[in-house]
Amino acid sequence: MSALAALARVEAFEAGRAVPLATVRHVHLSARPLVFVPVLMAGEAAAPLAALVGTDRTDPRLLVVDQPRDRDQRFVFLAELARIVLDHVAQCRGETELVEATRNHEQWERHLDAPQLVVPNPGGIEAMRLLGRSARFRSAQGPYPVDPLVPVLGRYLTWFAQDRAPTAGSSVCLALTEVLAAHWATGQSALEDQHLAALLAWIVPDRFGPAGAGLTGPQAAALAEDPDRWPSAGPATDPEFDTGVLSALIAAQQRAEGDADAAHAARRALREALRGRLQPTWDLLWQGLDLLRALPEAGHDEHRWRVDRGRFTDFARAVDEGAPPQPRRESAVAAARRLADLEAAQEAYDKQRALDDPLMLAAYRVTGEAFAGTVVAVDAERRDTSGRTPKPRPRVWLRTADQVVLRQGTKVACPQRPNQRPSIVSVTRQGADCVVELELSNDMGRKAVPDEGSVPEPGESRCYATVLAAEFFPPPPLPDPEQTPWTHGGPPAQYTPAGADHDEDWH
Amino acid sequence: MAAMTTSSVADRLAELRGPVPSRHHDARTLAALTANPGCTRRAVLDAAGVDKRALAERIGFGPRFGQSPFAISRGNAFERLVKSDGGAALLALLRDELGLRPAQDDQGPDQPVDGAGPADPGLIDLSRGDREERYRRTRDLVVAAARDPQAAPLLADHPLLRLEVGGRAAYVEPDLVALRARGRDGSQRWRWYLAEIKSFAVIDGHADPMKVAEAATQAAVYVLAFQRLLAGLGLPDDLVATDVVLICPKDFGNAPCATLIDVRRQLAAVRRQLERLPRIGALLDGLEPDLSFDLSADAAGRPSRSAAQLGEAVAAVRARYAPECISRCDMAFYCRDEARVTGSTDLLGRAVRDALGGLGTMRDVLALSERAACASPGGYDSADSGCDGGDVGDVGDGDLAEAARLLNAARRARREALAQAGVSAAGNGGTGKHGASA
Ligand code: SF4
Repeated sequence: MSALAALARVEAFEAGRAVPLATVRHVHLSARPLVFVPVLMAGEAAAPLAALVGTDRTDPRLLVVDQPRDRDQRFVFLAELARIVLDHVAQCRGETELVEATRNHEQWERHLDAPQLVVPNPGGIEAMRLLGRSARFRSAQGPYPVDPLVPVLGRYLTWFAQDRAPTAGSSVCLALTEVLAAHWATGQSALEDQHLAALLAWIVPDRFGPAGAGLTGPQAAALAEDPDRWPSAGPATDPEFDTGVLSALIAAQQRAEGDADAAHAARRALREALRGRLQPTWDLLWQGLDLLRALPEAGHDEHRWRVDRGRFTDFARAVDEGAPPQPRRESAVAAARRLADLEAAQEAYDKQRALDDPLMLAAYRVTGEAFAGTVVAVDAERRDTSGRTPKPRPRVWLRTADQVVLRQGTKVACPQRPNQRPSIVSVTRQGADCVVELELSNDMGRKAVPDEGSVPEPGESRCYATVLAAEFFPPPPLPDPEQTPWTHGGPPAQYTPAGADHDEDWH
Repeated sequence: MAAMTTSSVADRLAELRGPVPSRHHDARTLAALTANPGCTRRAVLDAAGVDKRALAERIGFGPRFGQSPFAISRGNAFERLVKSDGGAALLALLRDELGLRPAQDDQGPDQPVDGAGPADPGLIDLSRGDREERYRRTRDLVVAAARDPQAAPLLADHPLLRLEVGGRAAYVEPDLVALRARGRDGSQRWRWYLAEIKSFAVIDGHADPMKVAEAATQAAVYVLAFQRLLAGLGLPDDLVATDVVLICPKDFGNAPCATLIDVRRQLAAVRRQLERLPRIGALLDGLEPDLSFDLSADAAGRPSRSAAQLGEAVAAVRARYAPECISRCDMAFYCRDEARVTGSTDLLGRAVRDALGGLGTMRDVLALSERAACASPGGYDSADSGCDGGDVGDVGDGDLAEAARLLNAARRARREALAQAGVSAAGNGGTGKHGASA
């Protein structure tokens, strides 16, 4: 928690409504996201109970498992879900663009679009991961055949929830509470922010309560926490609902067995009850998306979405080509590689956000990793004459009120010229301010004198930060999986479909 | 006031509770003690055995958390399944998955595990009878085992253990079993292993870490109670293993799997909290003499204390609210409201409070952030920090001065960034106004 974000929470508390933590939107929003509100049965590992899903906010599909303990019905549910999710995936695979060959990669085709799944909260992503795990090893053949789409769905859900969702900067699988909380600070705790309705109540309090009531954030949040008005956004249902409504409805179905009319009525009653529980969350999700859409897109949005499109293209092709399902446990090499990838993605995302958004950059000023101020003097002519050919090494003096704790020699950069990485020469106190002396050594053109505009001018405002100067090095080399040392478990076994995977018990 | 004696503490606690039956601690509430040890309110209410849920309801802040009936029935069904067959499957599991060697194995191959015989009473049921009786039977079992390891049963269902908590006996009930076995550590001594049956799934070797942590803390309470039992009998307390057996459903099925978890850390925490409890006397010393949480009612149903009186009593005992209380303590909605009304930074969570330099109220945070602070840049040469401009007269404490500097910097950076974004949003584009106003 940065001091800046913490202070924003206090400001939100004082103001009685959320305050911005970002000035642009740092996630990509697809034109037609697939919104998914999954609900699982309490007490079970991954027994689906219901879901609202779809790309049309006025017409969600309701999927219900009438008898949540009935294994066959679970697979019917998964098959229906597969049809919807895989259809969404297929629609993103229409057009492609040609990507020129590079040193490491031959020429390839990248899809122009990628799927996007939006769930209410991180619990929704965990539900996807579990459903994916329970589906991906199934088979259309053998003693317990399932719809052939089910194992494909399992692989996609696993990819969304396990591969992409934890990757910073990826937007193919979003938990809305997390995205909203990254863009707004509320006057409540991070724990309470996990409650979608309460979080939105702080951001748009006037949408809660009767029209024109003009509620404050905390008043609206108090309403939002009432499970009768705003039921749990899943994946668990409210215990009161389970006790008061759901258990009776499920019992009614069991009683109605054998009586077609009664069974039909009982099924309808269950569906209506579940729709009533899920609809408020569905509406909130779309409102949340509206709020995000109203923010200007971040500068790196296109870049990041291109990465997502590329990963999607790779994955979809691998599935087409019959790649085995993701293993139950990653091998040592795969886990190490994954960790390195996640770290690299996080670093890149941090840098991009600091470049795209002054409010993100501001946080680094508070921790002493950045300083902002006015250029007070420039020696643009200065050269380093120690070598055979003199090189331009201009010096810039910047006066700042920020506390500068960076060491001599530290590289920094600023959003106006992110590729130029001057180093700190000295920091001198002047009253309450500091004067920082910087030496420029690159991004000034190839001539003996710096290019026009490549050196800051006196009077200009600049904010220099270490995060902006971060360079990315390729991750440390890892052995191929086949060469995993014995200390790390040795080479992973090749996946061979085993009968036990297909008919794995699903209580 | 002089420190209270044990009996006067007990009297005082009984007074606070009034003429209603005392709520008993159980493993869950004892485990929760370690979650927020700094809260006097909770310590006093728990020590006095006040029904916190009823109290919170009376003052208009009833808790909402409960358990789904589906989760409860699933939990019960799984426990029944694990214990079916007199525990034969369970024994096999412990032996095969954990390498625990039940004491019985010593008798040689001619005595198969499932063979009937005087040394194989199988799963002994300790779940019946009143508490005193169950505790006595549990103790007898331990005594008998100490005398003749071969004579005792291998598994005991729902033994009852006892702990002294704040001068009163609290009973705790390991969800399952005490099992005597030799561990894998190669030691030739046998130990008691306590096992917990939980119905959350272990999928591909991973379980929800929060649930595992919760189970570990609860299990630590059992281990501690067992250690106390051993100590009371003059037996060495390492006769109970500090690794507990966690039994959960494997993957998506019903088949159980067993994992050993080391609870030494949780054990130390629970022990520390319980040791602190005798100092409840000191906490009581600070309270008003006429304080009462009496929830009783007369024959006509008239409560002896009004909701307002109860509310005042609760407010009179200092709390230490944290958002985590919401899922752990029945008083949480009251305490949260109190934190909100007083504008306490506790409302926002410990991480936020720490990031705010530990300041207690939002008002202080804002006031300090807006003070035209002596920005005393620490920089390279802090001896030179010419702190002459700002009015920081009352900021004597170094921490406070540091908090002020931090908050002021945060406020300035935030304002400038928002202004800059506003400028570019209005189309002025180009370079912003970073730092220009400092
Ligand atoms: S809810 Fe209140 S009484 Fe309970 S632990 Fe938290 S602060 Fe203490």
